[in-house]
Amino acid sequence: MSGLALITEVMSWILIVSGSIFVVIGAVGTLRFPDFWSRLHAASITDSAGMILLVAGMCLQAGPTLITVKLLIIGIFLFITGPTSTHAVANAALVTGLRPVEGKGLVGDEPTPLAAEGESDA
Amino acid sequence: MRSIAIVIVLFALWLLLSGIYTTMIVGLGFASSLLVLIIINRMDTRDGDSVEIRFSPFRFAKYIVWLMVEIARANWAVTKTILSRNMSIRQHLFTVPYTQKTDVAQVMFANSITLTPGTITVETEDGQFLVHAVSYSDDDPAAIADMDARITACEIGGA
Repeated sequence: MSGLALITEVMSWILIVSGSIFVVIGAVGTLRFPDFWSRLHAASITDSAGMILLVAGMCLQAGPTLITVKLLIIGIFLFITGPTSTHAVANAALVTGLRPVEGKGLVGDEPTPLAAEGESDA
Repeated sequence: MRSIAIVIVLFALWLLLSGIYTTMIVGLGFASSLLVLIIINRMDTRDGDSVEIRFSPFRFAKYIVWLMVEIARANWAVTKTILSRNMSIRQHLFTVPYTQKTDVAQVMFANSITLTPGTITVETEDGQFLVHAVSYSDDDPAAIADMDARITACEIGGA
């Protein structure tokens, strides 16, 4: 194994292992956080750090091939759909009236009610 | 002109994803690009809801690099919260004004907030977002305002 190949191999394993650690941390957070709103944040660690590091590590494994292109495209899509789906879940909770437990000395802002258009669903 | 560009982009994407370059497969790929073009043209006559992207590519690339650093830092902060013995949670729901003019830039700002661990965009309203933070500190609004200014700087012209 030549020097450059060895360096890529080591780099890619560092990326993949640290990405996996972040995925596990996200899972631990989902269990440890006390309520719905804080658990969403644990999931977003898996979404960002876990996803980015794992995709980068797999790109190094694949080398300069078409597989890397596909991985990058998957990464870009996850970069857009991950936060969008988190937002959808959070918004559904807000609309149904769930509110986070505010920290000490904080008062949460309320959403402005939607302009009623006949029977509003908000 | 726009049709030719669409076919070229679709066909290039198809070539990148396929990896099998026999005459028949490539021909089928080209045919499917043309089919998509026909469908797109039909859809355009039905609804004119096209998306305008007005970004300076160079500043956008710079922003992505900055966002990556920001994501790394925020990840570290939330990781420490999760692994600490008594989690320092200070949840807060607060409004953040946005200054972007185009829809795409607004979506980008909202998604950037959500992508950074520790903050989630919960609701979009006229001129402001409702943001939830898990461990709110008094510097957070300033940090998000900084992000807002950076995305606005990526926009060219304005609607």
